[in-house]
Amino acid sequence: MYPLTQYISRDGTSRLLREYVKGGGYRSLQRLTAGMAPKDVQRLVGESGLRGRGGGGFPTGTKWSFVPMGPNAPKPKYIVANGDEMEPGTFKDRILMEGDPHGLVEGMIMAGYALDAEVGYIFLRGEYHLSAQRLNQAIAEAYAAGYLGKPLPGTTFRFDLHLHSSAGRYICGEETALINALEGKRAVPRAKPPFPQTVGLWGQPTVVQNIETLYNLPHIVNHGAAWYRSLSRTQDGGTKMFGVSGRVIRPGWWELPLGTTARELLEQHAGGMAEGVRFRGLLPGGISTAFMIEEHLDFPLDFSSFPQEVGRLGTGTMIIMDDRTCPVGFVLNLEKFFARESCGWCTPCREGLPWVAKLLMAFEEGRATSDDLSLLEMHTKWLAPGHTFCGLAPGAMAPLQSALKYFREDFERHITTGGCPWSTKSAQLRVLV
Amino acid sequence: MANIIVDNKSYAVDERQNLLAACLGHGLNVPYFCWHPAMGSVGACRQCAVKQFKDDKDQSGRLVMSCMTPAANGTRISIDDPEAKAFRASVIEWLMVNHPHDCPVCDEGGECHLQDMTVMTGHVYRRSRFPKRTHRNQALGPFIRHEMNRCIQCYRCVRFYRDYAGGRDLNVFGAHDALYFGREQDGTLENEFSGNLVEICPTGVFTDKTFFHHYTRKWDLQSAQSICPHCSLGCNTTASERSGTLRRMTNRFNSQVNGYFLCDRGRFGYEYVNSEYRIKHPLVRSGTDRTKPRMPEDVSRTLEFAADRLRKACGIVGIGSPRASLEANVALRGLVGPQQFYQGIDEQERQLLFTILNVFRTGPVPSASLHDAEQADAVLVLGPDLLNEAPRLALALLQSIRQQPMERVDELKIPQWDEAAVRNAVQNRRGPLFMAGHRQTWLHEYTTDHYFAAPDDVARLGFAVAGSIGPEAPTVPDLSSDVRDLAQRIADALMHAQRPLIIAGTGSGSQATLEAAANVAWALHQQGKHPRLNFVLPEANSAGLALLGGGSLNDAFDAIRQGKADTVIVLENDLYRRADQANVNAFLDKAQTVMVIDSLEHRTTAHADVILPAATGPESNGTFVNQEGRAQRFYQVFVQNGGVKESWRWLSDLARATSQDVERESRVATWRTFDDAVSATAMVAPELARMGEVAPSASFRLVGQKIPRQSERCSGRTSLVSHLTMHEPPPPADQDSPLAFTMEGYRGPLPSPLISQFWTPGWNSIQAVNTYQNEVGGPLRDEMPGVRLLEPVATKAPAWFTSIPHAFQPASRQWLLLPLSAVFGSDELSNRSPAIAERIAKPFLSLHPSDGARLSLENHSTIDLAWQGTTYSLAVHFEPSTPVGMGGLSLVPEVSGVRVPAWIDLFEAIKTERKRRAA
Repeated sequence: MYPLTQYISRDGTSRLLREYVKGGGYRSLQRLTAGMAPKDVQRLVGESGLRGRGGGGFPTGTKWSFVPMGPNAPKPKYIVANGDEMEPGTFKDRILMEGDPHGLVEGMIMAGYALDAEVGYIFLRGEYHLSAQRLNQAIAEAYAAGYLGKPLPGTTFRFDLHLHSSAGRYICGEETALINALEGKRAVPRAKPPFPQTVGLWGQPTVVQNIETLYNLPHIVNHGAAWYRSLSRTQDGGTKMFGVSGRVIRPGWWELPLGTTARELLEQHAGGMAEGVRFRGLLPGGISTAFMIEEHLDFPLDFSSFPQEVGRLGTGTMIIMDDRTCPVGFVLNLEKFFARESCGWCTPCREGLPWVAKLLMAFEEGRATSDDLSLLEMHTKWLAPGHTFCGLAPGAMAPLQSALKYFREDFERHITTGGCPWSTKSAQLRVLV
Repeated sequence: MANIIVDNKSYAVDERQNLLAACLGHGLNVPYFCWHPAMGSVGACRQCAVKQFKDDKDQSGRLVMSCMTPAANGTRISIDDPEAKAFRASVIEWLMVNHPHDCPVCDEGGECHLQDMTVMTGHVYRRSRFPKRTHRNQALGPFIRHEMNRCIQCYRCVRFYRDYAGGRDLNVFGAHDALYFGREQDGTLENEFSGNLVEICPTGVFTDKTFFHHYTRKWDLQSAQSICPHCSLGCNTTASERSGTLRRMTNRFNSQVNGYFLCDRGRFGYEYVNSEYRIKHPLVRSGTDRTKPRMPEDVSRTLEFAADRLRKACGIVGIGSPRASLEANVALRGLVGPQQFYQGIDEQERQLLFTILNVFRTGPVPSASLHDAEQADAVLVLGPDLLNEAPRLALALLQSIRQQPMERVDELKIPQWDEAAVRNAVQNRRGPLFMAGHRQTWLHEYTTDHYFAAPDDVARLGFAVAGSIGPEAPTVPDLSSDVRDLAQRIADALMHAQRPLIIAGTGSGSQATLEAAANVAWALHQQGKHPRLNFVLPEANSAGLALLGGGSLNDAFDAIRQGKADTVIVLENDLYRRADQANVNAFLDKAQTVMVIDSLEHRTTAHADVILPAATGPESNGTFVNQEGRAQRFYQVFVQNGGVKESWRWLSDLARATSQDVERESRVATWRTFDDAVSATAMVAPELARMGEVAPSASFRLVGQKIPRQSERCSGRTSLVSHLTMHEPPPPADQDSPLAFTMEGYRGPLPSPLISQFWTPGWNSIQAVNTYQNEVGGPLRDEMPGVRLLEPVATKAPAWFTSIPHAFQPASRQWLLLPLSAVFGSDELSNRSPAIAERIAKPFLSLHPSDGARLSLENHSTIDLAWQGTTYSLAVHFEPSTPVGMGGLSLVPEVSGVRVPAWIDLFEAIKTERKRRAA
């Protein structure tokens, strides 16, 4: 049994406060009451090797170290839980929030305490109605029980927590766009520096953490950094929510040690490919990651040891592509999504992604030329980190660039055969981009 | 200073800049769109990418956005790096994916920043073959045309309109590649600074609608330097003409005055020059019967006739004008003699101006330029309604409230050019801005605190502030506790500021508010602070006229009434705007001969026996002195056909024709050129001694050449009259200025008053201003920003003003009627421009709702108000900001003759009320 999901039942029910406390919930707060100082929590989290679970894998302790602390630090400071989870194929945070909403409340109180931030916001994907309902209930229960809105016993620290359901848009998952959205502004990312840790929500120091990351905090405080590191098979601490979707025998989610390989996930947990299809590649974590193919399946999945030339883990909820799926159509579907979800702030993303999507559509419709391949390649080169304002467009280029590398002959066949070899009904795809 | 290395060459730059500004300042061409020198960096367009290297060993480097990268010492970049160049060309290619390429039919063509940047990046071939997105355009009112399909989504428009200028009704809608920059629905752009969108937009999305009505390419325009005549701030403009029509007005950068921006009155008010009511030929009525029509006459016979009348006159009254140039007023003063020269403003206004001059003449506190106002870190406004009386100053204050929050920005080590980060850090924090007055506008949304009260109470607040600051300043004993607290808060804020600014004005006709403002400034000065004072004046040359001195219009009336004179010369002045109808009628009727020198027909010209057609500002050379005492030169853009002459020239001709003794003051009869007028003006008063330094004289040459008003590429010049004659007529000679009405002459760096158009090869849009500055956003090279005539000499405050008025008491039947200035409607000249006329609101009377109830009036009903011999139809507006016992009367053309402030019995004056019919 791994910590995050040990009490989450697969029947879709949720634990209310009574069961949560019975299972050891809110016990981590007693450590605070017993005299654990904010800097102790910070140090513990740093030692635990916890890395952000939203896909970036940034060390949480390092992230926190930039927050101004002490009596002269600006007030108020904010903790924001990033529950936007609009990454296609990704549903790990939803599992946690629906199954164990109090875990998030406890994690946020812990983060708030560690950073002396007295207000928290949960920024929740608009479609997550059940999560919203259960979180609201949990927040109300936590207020009633005095975990929220009152000083923690033995301390002067008091935490307030608000739930905000997003009005939508993928870009809200980007932490600074999320902050803008939370302020009621257009969900457009902010330039960094300054980082949110110093100038964040309403200009105040703010830490934005992924939902799953926050779930880890109480366990780290309860059990210590060494225990947390021992959960993992690599030097990154802890477990990870993994998921598999696609034509496999048992699609689903599992909490597993970091360092688990994709082959284990695919073959042991998901039961292997469904009958009649063969594995061609997978996107390891959402769609902003590069394809992994057969030869990569034995890499341990984590944030620090995953080879950069292959790609990155991302959210760990993978999408499997089989041999009966057209890679070009697959990538077209992704790029249509990215083009639509571009916020429109910077030129390369706003104009480049729709162009890429239209080019891929031309491939599918048999109107592509070899010049179009070089145009696609031009975009994978130019829409790189630093060239665009935020990570959306570079993320969008990861699957395209790797597809052009691994499945290039499929692109070329679209040109030579004048259409999609997979689809007899390519007209169905002729949706205006 | 820091050193940066660009393409292996070292440049000294200001490390507080970003790389883009630093490069542009050294004349290095880095293309850009979203960045603007006055609005900083946001990193949206990605056009200004350059390659940055870690050190001299780093060969690969990485692309960075130069606008988002500090010009830190040792920074090593390459603009010419092949990858950087290719990326920049790609950015243009992306922007062109949806741009319609309609340059031939686009008003921006030829001065389009997008065209310039496209050429600069070298992008020539667009590979996108897919359909372009299209948008529906909006009707945005009489000033701005909208063509959204051209948009390249740089976000400058919304950043200017919303963030910089406080507008609300323009926004960005949609997302991804379907962004829409416009209003929520069709309708007039409400913000007073909307016209700047024309210059802010890097392409043809927002274009000048007035220009569209008589469009000409920029390269075909003949342009010269103007000073806006539509309020007292003296914003610098470029006026442009072709074929005898004034085509448009654009901003002319002056670092001390208007910087990059104008208000809409200034930009769109120019069309009075082309008005059908222009007087183009001299008109003479030879008999004494004023019912007989005037007949057109040629110039020499008109002069003969007028001179004859002047010679036979038993005393002449010369009435000057605050909208005429200093030179024209001096010419009139010289012609009639100083004793017979009257300022052409009413006695009250003359007194107010006199007080203001004395505050500067005797006090230690200098006046504030618009630039100073932008830099002020605490502001107190006592009285004026800035958005309507001096709009560009309101825009400056919107920037001033960012000064104090910038301290936090500095603490966070955010560079001030990093606009996005600055806005995120500052959020809604605003520096102190206190406004007291009798009218609420949207500017009040930005105040720290405000106070709506009668002018006397506003003055009392000011005196109380002064009393709280300086222990010796007189105090106001009988104040209510909340006003006393407010005064204390204001005093504290001003005392905590480094650059406090006090603003008052003549608009409400209150002497006491001016004196209170002076006391506040002097008290701050006494406490070791460095305050500045700003007085908003009524008109473009009010300060210049006040420096000349002379009696008021009331004195002129007396002179005629008492028979001291029987002949009147009115210079560029409609007396019916300045005195009540009965008095003006009596005055004009009693005078034997009335001569009017003016450019437009108005009620005064209707009475004239001799009308001499005057050149308007863009048709003449002259000097205005703005409200801070800054003398600025404007130049003739074109020669008007017909008998039109500059006013000073008419007056000088008259002086000659009357064979006046040339030894008389100013020796007007000897004036031949504008330089003669300037030299004579400099002799009139000690404060005018530096008139000659305002701009280079007519003899100024560069490489032996004059400076052309036309662009190098002015086309079709030789064929303009080819249907009439095959010979190209010689261009008009210009003996008055270093400028020439041609395209031939010196091209190169110029002293700023002589820059007729901002243009540099490769920089065809107004963005070319960058290439005229050593430091982008800083002063122009060789800038001559005008001469401040009124710098303080005193080091100590003079005696305090002590006449503290009593608190305003509402009367039982009488209301104190105060003027409400209107940005569109209260200026005589701009009102005659069709686009402005379209924006003039119907006249209204504003009342406190409780007064409305007392008068049994309904909000939004229409009343007939009979007063001062005329009946006015007015809408009734209930405004909680109008103090009880007072009424506000909007000063629009229909009521321009009303004399306010004045007491009025509204029970008596309101004749009928027509209820507004329910819609």
